[in-house]
Amino acid sequence: MKGHLSLLLVVIPLLAAPVTAALTRARLAWAIAFAVTTACVILAGMQLWAVLNDGIISYELGGWAPPWGIEYRIDELNALVALIISGIAAVTLPYALLSAEQEIPEDKLPLFYSAFLLCFAGLLGITQTGDIFNVFVFLEISSLSSYALISLGQKRQALTSAYQYLIMGTLGATFFLIGVGLIYSVTGTLNMADLAQRLPELTHLKTVHTGFAFIMIGFALKLALFPLHLWLPNAYTYAPTVISVFLAATATKVALYVMLRVLFTVFPEGFVSTTPASELFILSGIAAILSASVYAIYQANVKRLLAYSSVAQIGYMALGIGLASAMGVTAAIIHLFNHALMKGALFMAIGAIIYRVGACRMENIQGLGRQMPWTFGAIVIGGMSLIGVPGTAGFVSKWYLVLAALEQEAWITVAVILLGSLLAVVYMGKIVEALYFRPVEETNVDVKEAPMLLLAPAWVLVIANIYFGLQTEPDRRGG
Amino acid sequence: MDFIIGHYNYWIVIVLMMVGFYTVINRGNLVKKIIGLNIFQVSVFLLYISIGTVSGGAAPIATEGVELYSNPLPHVLILTAIVVGVATTALGLALVVRIKEAYGTIEEDEIHKCDHTL
Amino acid sequence: MTHNLVLRVVSKTLIPLIIMFALYVQFHGDFGPGGGFQAGVIMSAAIILYTLVFGLDAAERVMPPMALRILASLGVLLYGGVGVATLVMGGNYLNYTVLASTQIAGQHLGILLVELGVGITVFAVMLIIFFAFAGRGRR
Repeated sequence: MKGHLSLLLVVIPLLAAPVTAALTRARLAWAIAFAVTTACVILAGMQLWAVLNDGIISYELGGWAPPWGIEYRIDELNALVALIISGIAAVTLPYALLSAEQEIPEDKLPLFYSAFLLCFAGLLGITQTGDIFNVFVFLEISSLSSYALISLGQKRQALTSAYQYLIMGTLGATFFLIGVGLIYSVTGTLNMADLAQRLPELTHLKTVHTGFAFIMIGFALKLALFPLHLWLPNAYTYAPTVISVFLAATATKVALYVMLRVLFTVFPEGFVSTTPASELFILSGIAAILSASVYAIYQANVKRLLAYSSVAQIGYMALGIGLASAMGVTAAIIHLFNHALMKGALFMAIGAIIYRVGACRMENIQGLGRQMPWTFGAIVIGGMSLIGVPGTAGFVSKWYLVLAALEQEAWITVAVILLGSLLAVVYMGKIVEALYFRPVEETNVDVKEAPMLLLAPAWVLVIANIYFGLQTEPDRRGG
Repeated sequence: MDFIIGHYNYWIVIVLMMVGFYTVINRGNLVKKIIGLNIFQVSVFLLYISIGTVSGGAAPIATEGVELYSNPLPHVLILTAIVVGVATTALGLALVVRIKEAYGTIEEDEIHKCDHTL
Repeated sequence: MTHNLVLRVVSKTLIPLIIMFALYVQFHGDFGPGGGFQAGVIMSAAIILYTLVFGLDAAERVMPPMALRILASLGVLLYGGVGVATLVMGGNYLNYTVLASTQIAGQHLGILLVELGVGITVFAVMLIIFFAFAGRGRR
């Protein structure tokens, strides 16, 4: 049993997906999905525990020894990311029960949960596998199901944004495929650990450099790294709320994980500094933080505002990678973790308002903070974490990021990080102001607090934000 | 000259890739974009298959008296990628059908107009 | 096309042959070129030909949409089930060797079942896609 942990984590949701697809009862499909995600949290927790105690886990699929067979190779980083994904999925599903039933037609719900499980399995698969082509396969499993999930949004713009994401996502995945092909053509292997052994002798080849560039661009598209982020705001705005929560908290994180893996495990040490990758990461990170934050300030739709803020937060992670020091990468990983918590909490709280009033433009939600105090509280604390107020998770990651920048005396980067926080104060302030200080719309006078089933998951994430804000040692999170 | 003829498979791949990519970027018609995407993907399939060839090698099916085979791994990889491509195309076209039903058009600029007059 | 006698007769004779060929590709897959993907597509081509000639309603009586949905799931589950069976029998996931007494027999049985699962799913999914597009304007 223990030896098969890493595999079960992928196979259980992957096999539960067709079962839910064949069902007709929505509640039953939900129950299966919920049971599966809960089981995955436990398995991912056990896996992280096993990795922390016994070191790297390697699992040979089909009994074929690597590098010929597919290998699942788990170290602290994979185990952590897998735990984040399953944790978020398990928190999202109780939330989905009410929110999805309201937004998605009854007869589509079993298929909705099936696609959700597929997406979940794909994301987990990316984190588990040690085979670079397998990453592509799982990437497409998760992407295809997320396009379908986004298109289930209520407005017709959901269709166009899903289409736009499909085009961009497929281009990104195909770029990745080209990169993998080029690297395979000179190394003759697809196993990441094996690649790491063979690449050091080949780094002078143009083919390796080209392949590296293709892989980076491909995943920059999936990560929504500035300026390749154009699909993200639309996709998050028009997707069903549950999907906004889930994708915002997990999909980009997994893309970031693959980038880290390729940059620091697959390619040999010192290779990255021979390419302009670091400078590009810093440049696009700075541009993302500044431009996306400013864009966020001018959004009238709250979901869209949060989506732009996600682009800005991805900028912080890119800065961490670009600094290319141990401290910088640690900061990027911690921010990956924390951003999943804060964006999950914020999207859930906004979703609770959408559940009550059916819209999320500034004029629809104004004044509701007084009528929905718990939802409002979640937004305030989530927002504080996003800004980086001490005592919240957001502070910890920004602190490490600033330290990493100071270490290299990159003053502009430090200034941008601080300025980004100020801009976050402005856009979160706008939401809080609308929610609390403006008069309620007449149609919304009798809107009550959101149901418990929506509030509880949001507050689980809010409390996690505070807990990890006070728990400041980075190594506790595998960083 | 040798450089051009000796690498002919790469030239085909590059030309197809650029044709596909240009179609995706330039065309406003949603179906044509998907066709472009398909051409783009096919070029990558060709890239994989052509780098898997061993000159003088037979097709990778175990036969008596044959010693040298082409590398079968790229074929397997591309079989997977083709399936992914089919799924993407089907999903993309399904979205186009739904877009046509919702907007009454599949031209990108007209769709933008529809959304902005709302 | 329901009134075109030549087409009806020709396709009636062709469809069994197509299905036969699909089965050949399916089960000969471990000796020569072939396998579940190709067989599934060829098999679904037979039903698609039937749909083109006899109409969508007749085809949906042959292959009800709900049955297709269950078939599509069943194929994946057969694939995954083989994997789970190998787990239970003490091997790694999809290590077919443990399925039978000797390694060759185990590998043979395993790949046959897995390819059957692939074939069923591909067949059902191709038809689901085709019916979804063909039936769209009808309602």
